[in-house]
Amino acid sequence: MADQEVTLMKGNEAIAHAAIRCGCDGYFGYPITPQSEVLETLAEQKPWETTGMVVLQAESEVSSINMVYGGAGCGKKVMTSSSSPGVSLMQEGISYLAGAELPCLVVNVSRGGPGLGTIQPSQADYFQSCKGGGHGDYRLIVLAPSSVQEMADFVDLAFELAFKYRNPAMILTDGVIGQMMEKIVLPPFKPRRTEEEIIKQCPWAATGRLKTRKPNVITSLELDPSVMEEINIRLQNKYKVIEEKEVRYEEFMLEDAEYAIVAFGSAARIGKKAIEMARAEGIKVGLLRPITLWPFPTKEVAALGKRVKGILSLEINAGQMVEDIRLAVECKIPVEHYGRLGGIIPAPDEVVDALKRMM
Amino acid sequence: MAKMKGATVVNIERCKGCNLCVVACPLNVLALTTKNVNQKGYNYAHTVLEDTCTGCTSCAIVCPDGCITVYRKKEE
Amino acid sequence: MDIKEIMQPENLVYKKPELLNDKNMHYCPGCSHGVVHKLVSEVIADMKMEEKTIGVSPVGCAVFAYNYIDIDWEEAAHGRAPALASAIKRLWPDRLVFTYQGDGDLACIGTAETIHALNRGENITIIFINNAIYGMTGGQMAPTTLLGMKTATCPYGREVALHGYPLKITEVAAQLEGTCYVTRQSVHTVGAINKAKKALRKAFDNSMAGRGASLVEIVSTCNSGWKMSPEKANIWMTENMFPYYQLGDLKDTTVETK
Repeated sequence: MADQEVTLMKGNEAIAHAAIRCGCDGYFGYPITPQSEVLETLAEQKPWETTGMVVLQAESEVSSINMVYGGAGCGKKVMTSSSSPGVSLMQEGISYLAGAELPCLVVNVSRGGPGLGTIQPSQADYFQSCKGGGHGDYRLIVLAPSSVQEMADFVDLAFELAFKYRNPAMILTDGVIGQMMEKIVLPPFKPRRTEEEIIKQCPWAATGRLKTRKPNVITSLELDPSVMEEINIRLQNKYKVIEEKEVRYEEFMLEDAEYAIVAFGSAARIGKKAIEMARAEGIKVGLLRPITLWPFPTKEVAALGKRVKGILSLEINAGQMVEDIRLAVECKIPVEHYGRLGGIIPAPDEVVDALKRMM
Repeated sequence: MAKMKGATVVNIERCKGCNLCVVACPLNVLALTTKNVNQKGYNYAHTVLEDTCTGCTSCAIVCPDGCITVYRKKEE
Repeated sequence: MDIKEIMQPENLVYKKPELLNDKNMHYCPGCSHGVVHKLVSEVIADMKMEEKTIGVSPVGCAVFAYNYIDIDWEEAAHGRAPALASAIKRLWPDRLVFTYQGDGDLACIGTAETIHALNRGENITIIFINNAIYGMTGGQMAPTTLLGMKTATCPYGREVALHGYPLKITEVAAQLEGTCYVTRQSVHTVGAINKAKKALRKAFDNSMAGRGASLVEIVSTCNSGWKMSPEKANIWMTENMFPYYQLGDLKDTTVETK
């Protein structure tokens, strides 16, 4: 079957192909390294001639995220992608999307910062993605792929979750996974929803006011504080449901582990290699990989804290997720951080050394 | 030539007393109240020269709040 | 003839457009926004597009436009309305899509979105209310504030050395290949209102015919911000705004050249 064909491609290309295949209605983006292949691949694939998907290069990331807001507000399945500085520019729009409860996908192929930083990979946007990069009390559903295959698979998953909860979803990856070529099986083709299906599935969307209903207004504005508080409470309740139901994670060699590495995305791959090396030296260590960074696998990490003697948070940043791990285990066991900065990728032997220091 | 007779109805509770209709009326049919105010506290527009109105709709067209309804009938 | 005899349904010649609902508008007495809201409502109804129109409201006084005109709306972040509208129109090509923006929203914080949406030739209409001041936030200097004009942030009058020149963004829009119709109108008299309505109709027709982007500027008053009565504000606008922001069509590619 053609759909099951194994192909070789970059993570960024996988995002683009998966978007076309999952029935995405529109992509709006702006070039930035290291994710430009997403827009380039879409431009080359010309999905507007096949599935009817709209692809538009905007004048800025500010504009792309607001195009996403416009598209999401009229019920369409829309997305953008960018890298750290561009995603910073998008934060206003992301806050509005969360406030107006609009489903969409934002892909961050992150790079080192702060500022213009570097074009090399980094995981330093964990806080920005998981703790609300923009203003107000809101959450994004954040998925962290660890392979090119997951880059493709998480596009559909992100849209599914975004529409299920009417909430923006993010794929937080980095230049490693974005630029790396791996073999992958692309997801099967799913047709785009018809206009009738959209109107039925998204009765809240601004699609044109039928005489049978009241006008639909997409907005995050409410000046009456008592109503605004209600809206905020409703949002918080929604986030609680997501926290209960949508935690995703992977366990690796944890059965007999005395120590654990917690790592996501590209760092988790380095962690696995480090675990192989450490086990060869007789160190019983395993890995917990959060797949959803928000909702964070708090219960699972807490349970892990009762089984192991210490946890190493391996991140390609100065220590961000480590705070969530410490909160989860309530500081009952040592939780250390190891990471490299500025676009340097930690090597597995450095991780083994960091493990030994903790033991 | 047949003469046109008009009538204006002001939604006085909607009126904000901006006076633009009064200025727009070529025949001084409308004026703002000097004493009476509506629920919002505005002096409101009302018809003072009922018989003069030709139903030209100028007052209603310039009214920013859509407070004025106009009727017009040919005098037989 | 008895007044009751005149006030019969068959004699009705003017009433508030049906799309404009009964909610009291928050605009100040005499504000131009209300007139433009009526015109937009009338034109949508004239085109029978009530069920197929999506409006995009700005940040500024017209942020609540969605409360008054009973169509579907999206409320944009400050300045971003043209980006929303671009996406909406491309995703729903048979819908009538327009933005409704003030001078601060369109010609200051949203300049990039405005210029690029127009330049891409998006099949949308941008309605631009230019009253030369920030109304919602209490009367600060706008990109279109006239030289010498006093506002809360240029209390001694706008001067070139401090604030630069008032921006004629509509003239800029007329230079862009993507625009098919760029016009400057006003709504201070019956004649002007009728012309403005025709301009809106032409712009909306262009959007539906896929002719490219249309920009309809309405030179407006902000009598509260200008600190004068609505009547005086109209006179002041005629004497001061019109010489700098001259009314009329700046570009109309839909007219055949003779």
